[in-house]
Amino acid sequence: MRITLKLYASLGELLPPGAHENAARVEVANSATLNEIIDQYRVPRELAHLVLINGFFACEEDRDKPGRLREGDTLAIWPPVAGGDVRCRSRAGYTEPHR
Amino acid sequence: MAWTGKILRVNLTSGSVKQEALNMDWAQTYLGQRGLATKYLVEEIDPKCDPLGPDNKLIMATGPLTGTMASTGGRYSVICKSPLTGCVACSNSGGFIGAELKNAGWDMIIFEGKSKKPVYLYVENDKAELLPADKIWGTSVWATDEWLHKKHQDPALRIAAVGRSAENGCLYSAVINDLHRAAGRSGVGTVMASKNLKAVAVRGTAGVGNIKDPKRFMQATTEAKQVLAENAVTGQGLPTYGTQVLMNVINEIGALPTRNMREVQFEGAHKISAEAMAEPRKSDGKANLTTNAGCFGCTIACGRISTIDRTHFTIENKPQYWGNSGGLEYEAAWAMGTDTGIDDLDAVTYANFICNEDGMDPITFGATVAAAMELYEAGVIGDKETGGIAFKFGNAQALAKAAEMVATGEGFGKDLALGSKKLCEKYGRPELSMTVKGQEFPAYDPRGIQGMGLAYATSNRGACHLRGYTVASEVLGIPEKTDPLVTDGKAGLVKAFQDATAAFDSSGLCIFTSFAWTLENVAPQLDAACAGGWSPERLAEVGERIWNMEREFNLEAGMKASDDTLPKRLTTEKANTGPAEGKVNGLSAMLPEYYELRGWSKDGKPTDKTRQRLGL
Repeated sequence: MRITLKLYASLGELLPPGAHENAARVEVANSATLNEIIDQYRVPRELAHLVLINGFFACEEDRDKPGRLREGDTLAIWPPVAGGDVRCRSRAGYTEPHR
Repeated sequence: MAWTGKILRVNLTSGSVKQEALNMDWAQTYLGQRGLATKYLVEEIDPKCDPLGPDNKLIMATGPLTGTMASTGGRYSVICKSPLTGCVACSNSGGFIGAELKNAGWDMIIFEGKSKKPVYLYVENDKAELLPADKIWGTSVWATDEWLHKKHQDPALRIAAVGRSAENGCLYSAVINDLHRAAGRSGVGTVMASKNLKAVAVRGTAGVGNIKDPKRFMQATTEAKQVLAENAVTGQGLPTYGTQVLMNVINEIGALPTRNMREVQFEGAHKISAEAMAEPRKSDGKANLTTNAGCFGCTIACGRISTIDRTHFTIENKPQYWGNSGGLEYEAAWAMGTDTGIDDLDAVTYANFICNEDGMDPITFGATVAAAMELYEAGVIGDKETGGIAFKFGNAQALAKAAEMVATGEGFGKDLALGSKKLCEKYGRPELSMTVKGQEFPAYDPRGIQGMGLAYATSNRGACHLRGYTVASEVLGIPEKTDPLVTDGKAGLVKAFQDATAAFDSSGLCIFTSFAWTLENVAPQLDAACAGGWSPERLAEVGERIWNMEREFNLEAGMKASDDTLPKRLTTEKANTGPAEGKVNGLSAMLPEYYELRGWSKDGKPTDKTRQRLGL
């Protein structure tokens, strides 16, 4: 499926050629987890800190769960420069990207 | 001790300059800077006084850690009653003048009365005198700075001054120090100019040598600096990208107020973001961002120093702007960019330069231009009012011209100098002013970050992000991630942020340390420097005391619980895109719980029990 991948701050240089304004349309496997996409674009996992799906927060523990993304979604990633705690334990749940 | 124990009291009416002892009992209960100076203010002025009359006072105050080796220990604040809001005003600035004042041996300067003629205060350690400012009245901050340095033949002189906007009565003028650092909000510069006080020039060589336990202080500050260095936000993010790293983050989460807060996402956000500032321009091959910069004693160095393309329409044939100046910071880029729908980075940078040069708060200025653009597009005002300038969203020429007109008080600049509340009232559309208690919003839409709605509504100086920055938790996960789209738990979060912030703001340290530090990191530094035994719990209590003191001043000034509100747009017009699509701010779900947690009555007044508990 095709999604929009946005890599910000120091991660911008990892985007494929043709990226514009820190964003690129990319092809990923339908079942791809967030971590698999992060690996596919050679983003060191420890630098994939703040992760948003269509603007909704995706906590650390959700990154190995398949089915988080759908065709046409936007996956945006920042390094640790933008944030602190990204674990899921601090709250039972967050508003989901596909409500 | 860390406090110098000395206050300079300057009576501008009589021209007297006197030394007096700092009230050390108050220092133990209100700490310094914001808290301690506000205590002096509430004790000395009538809350109902005319903010621009001689009965208002203006206090420049340092904190106990200002001028010390603590990281970011260069802060000072300007405190008075605000002409923009009628509430307490307290604007905090970095740069170097705060540390210089402390090194000259003063905890604070209290200005009272009004001078018959323009004057400036010259301070050289113990020596302090009022001198004529006729030759610099009517000139910009930059010209004033240059004149004073030449006159005193001292390149190390530190200067805070007001620009022409303040002299012309712009209600949101700032006090600018060190050319581009600002005590920015609520019109503290307007109050300074109303007293015919043009500038304060300080040289201090006495040092801050009265640390309670120097060895322990060195250890505590070194450990705290290590925490800042190892934290990704303060150690890498802020020095590399500045606060502007937020532009794309806040846009992505759908909380970037756009075109006078009609929308929550801006299609041009990237063009005015931190990432764009670092990209070489197509026109001249140079990046807008020249370098980062740090204030006195700062080990973060988040400041931005920028340069505009010399061929850009704003500065073509204006070599005085070909050098660099401070900015863009995120809030300024948002107000003058996103909120006006302008994605021309150099135009926004130019407007920011003018704000530095002539001392305007870029947040209120930008948001007022945005309100004027909505009035213009709605046909409420036209070319007759604007002097033929098309105030349409996205018009960079209009922004540049607006900045120049407010700076000099010419034409439509007189209307824009009122701030958006009075501007929109004047033209019969008060609902188009995006303000709380008369002060414009900063760069976080409370439909997409629910806690910020409560933080804005209850802020003691009107809408403000620096009184309770729940964005840290709701967006960035500091200290713990919470969901920005829900109201549950936000009352407690807002209160905790407000109280802690009041303590940070009273210490002499920068609030940006709180991306990495909590009061647990601040307390050991204060405790090693100051007599009295300072724990995190005591600091939180001091913060709560300060918050309630400010609240009581505002209530006595005439503010009511009904002023703890938001513009209807934010509680009735749903966000149209992004994660918050379909949402309004749920203020009514948070406010009663907030009053209860604060120990306030249903009409928003601290109860006797609360007053007793806090020693008010």
